[in-house]
Amino acid sequence: MKVGVLALQGDVREHISALIACGVQPTTVRRPSELAAVDALVLPGGESTTIAQLAEIFGLLEPLARRIAAGMPVYGSCAGMILLADEILDAKEGQKTFGGLDITVRRNAFGRQVDSFESDIAFNDGSTDLIRAVFIRAPWVERVGKNVEVLASVDSHPVAVRSGHLLATSFHPELTADHRIHRYFIEEVAKPALQKVQ
Amino acid sequence: MTEVTGTGRVKRGMAEMLKGGVIMDVVNAEQAKIAEDAGAVAVMALERVPADIRAQGGVARMSDPDMIEKIQAAVSIPVMAKARIGHFVEAQVLQSLGVDYIDESEVLTPADYKNHIDKWNFTVPFVCGATNLGEALRRINEGAAMIRSKGEAGTGDVSNAMQHMREINGEIRRLSSMREDELYVAAKELQAPYELVKEVAEKGKLPVVLFTAGGIATPADAALMMSMGADGVFIGSGIFKSGNPAQRAAACVRATTFWDDPKVIADASRGLGEAMVGINVADLPAPHRLAERGW
Repeated sequence: MKVGVLALQGDVREHISALIACGVQPTTVRRPSELAAVDALVLPGGESTTIAQLAEIFGLLEPLARRIAAGMPVYGSCAGMILLADEILDAKEGQKTFGGLDITVRRNAFGRQVDSFESDIAFNDGSTDLIRAVFIRAPWVERVGKNVEVLASVDSHPVAVRSGHLLATSFHPELTADHRIHRYFIEEVAKPALQKVQ
Repeated sequence: MTEVTGTGRVKRGMAEMLKGGVIMDVVNAEQAKIAEDAGAVAVMALERVPADIRAQGGVARMSDPDMIEKIQAAVSIPVMAKARIGHFVEAQVLQSLGVDYIDESEVLTPADYKNHIDKWNFTVPFVCGATNLGEALRRINEGAAMIRSKGEAGTGDVSNAMQHMREINGEIRRLSSMREDELYVAAKELQAPYELVKEVAEKGKLPVVLFTAGGIATPADAALMMSMGADGVFIGSGIFKSGNPAQRAAACVRATTFWDDPKVIADASRGLGEAMVGINVADLPAPHRLAERGW
């Protein structure tokens, strides 16, 4: 399985390290040809308005939206969650997303940087161990579609969701040494989804 | 469940999210909108861009809170603001306004010629300038969560930014090549804490994100700094002192992402109109060089 990390802007390096720790050899994706060469993709944390705009300018918006619709496994953290959402609130005027995940996400829902926080939260992947979650100007999910499973919440706001081949968290597991979410994406989301396609 | 704010990870992590991006100086809400539309990852709210501070002279201070709040209301991306070196009350004011990052900046007139702000006492993260590794590590020791090489602000002359990046990264490479028992003397010579020196020697990089600032005026300048190992760039006067700010801003964003692709940089550089006129750093009398502020 070839896993890419969208590398237009954001904490690409941290996602690459986390993926390597999970036993995959990720590549960076900035061009349509690089997108065509990967089976699964990670959308990093960063500035969602910047990433969406660069994706449009460099011809990635359409092909990426098509790949997502066609079943490519994708995991997005923070800005990545926003980019996967079908609908966003508190967006910049005209802000686009790749979409595919039937959720409504509110940008910067937890507040500004002074409100950014970390916390131990439950992540419903079968384990009862808590996970250290780092929230940075983080979004939350305000509406989940009927095929979307909520995997974690903070104060009743969903912060980790999954729908089939798509996984999104409003926190940044790539900033910690615990690679449970990346492993979950590779083993439980991406591998089964790709087997189904084949 | 306990939620902790202002941790080192949250402060440094915020800077990680800005990587590969351009942070632009803006003096009002209209400019902030232009910067956001052009793809800036954040804006720096200030009353006068460095080129004007340089031209008009006088004491340069923290911006008017009204002006900062107007900019915060106008854009959805992070808003940073500058405090004078050592002026911890300006920093407290900026934190109370909810700015996302404070730049303790040599572009403003220093309030304290000996001490910088004790940045550990704040929830909001700080970025500080540095001309060499020792200075960067002293700032990190005081709690800075992000470093930018200083360059020479308000000039449009990239030569000092280049020199400072070479200096910082050259010293990091030198530390990485040393025997462990040589790091004590290295720490003494760098005038930096041994623990940080050891960490840099082991990792081969700063423990925080390193951006570049000061004199970047074109897409090629931005790409040059990225290829020198910068994690991202600050563009101050270079955008809104040029002929076509919106187009130049977007071009610098593209060149920062594709810094290693000359074809993209060439396309981004086409038809931008006039760049800021600029001043050669060599023509600046020493007392007017901002990079020499801070120690």
